[in-house]
Amino acid sequence: MAEEQSASKKPAVIRIKLEWCKGCEICVAFCPKKVLVMEGGKAKVENPGDCIKCMLCELRCPDFAITVE
Amino acid sequence: MFNYLEYIREKNFPHIWCAGCGDGIVLKAILRAIEKSGISLDETVMVSGIGCSSRTPGYVDMNTLHTTHGRAIPFATGVKHGNPKLNVIVITGDGDATAIGGNHLIHAARRNIDITVLLYNNYIYGMTGGQCSPTTPTGSRAATAPFGNIEPPFNTSGLAIAAGASFVARADVYNVANCEKMIAMALAKKGFSLVEILTPCPTAFGRRNKMASPVKLMEWLRDNAVPAAKWKKMTEEERRGRMETGVLMDVDKPEYTAEYEKLVTSLRTGK
Repeated sequence: MAEEQSASKKPAVIRIKLEWCKGCEICVAFCPKKVLVMEGGKAKVENPGDCIKCMLCELRCPDFAITVE
Repeated sequence: MFNYLEYIREKNFPHIWCAGCGDGIVLKAILRAIEKSGISLDETVMVSGIGCSSRTPGYVDMNTLHTTHGRAIPFATGVKHGNPKLNVIVITGDGDATAIGGNHLIHAARRNIDITVLLYNNYIYGMTGGQCSPTTPTGSRAATAPFGNIEPPFNTSGLAIAAGASFVARADVYNVANCEKMIAMALAKKGFSLVEILTPCPTAFGRRNKMASPVKLMEWLRDNAVPAAKWKKMTEEERRGRMETGVLMDVDKPEYTAEYEKLVTSLRTGK
């Protein structure tokens, strides 16, 4: 149990595959913690420490470009 | 993290869909639903017609069939009839399934053949330049309705229910968890099942209707696609212009290939 708790508190690893990102901004607009921003027409991870791993960016990314671990 | 790479033909990526097109969101929900339902990919066939949504099978690493405009359901019917053990999934759009393929849709529903139709409704013919489809809302602008559409749209889910489908649900890509759940339920259903999935087309629909950005269209879905529980408490006035999501029909009735098998057995054995 203790191990599980520490696992869930691990900081999120958010990866963005820039070659597949088309810059639709859906992930940026609906992130409840403002973790992501737009830069040069692509999504960029700005505040990874604030991520609560709700997974909404990964689920709603149409381009298979975001993963959250 | 869900490992989508196990299910896709990676060499075909990035996909052709426009920035902010919901079709990719639906595809991901389908893949998660397939994994959750535990069906074997070797025994699953994905069949599509023509249109943006119908590009879907090209991206998945399973048995796939990209057919002619409006005819995904007839091809799927043939596949299911030829080998009833297969899970047959039809990917189609509002234009493909309710216009040129409209008759096939209602008769497959009436026949109650065990196929799962996932109908991406983006309210427009996106691929060919934004012409009105049978689901374009009254008043919305399209390439063929530059001053606003004067026709009433089809209630696609209602059409499938009236035609006799055993499972009908509506979902949207904003509420993506519900979308995945509805697809999983449809896959599990023995009989004709249809999920109408509301998905944004920023390029052909949004730009003409003051929702040019993908985010605006997602907000429109957030504000107008209403879960069944909330829908029941709404007044007629509040419901106007909005869409109910969730399970709309779920009933058990004799399935076509099972009935056919029974008939063949009885004729062969004389019983």
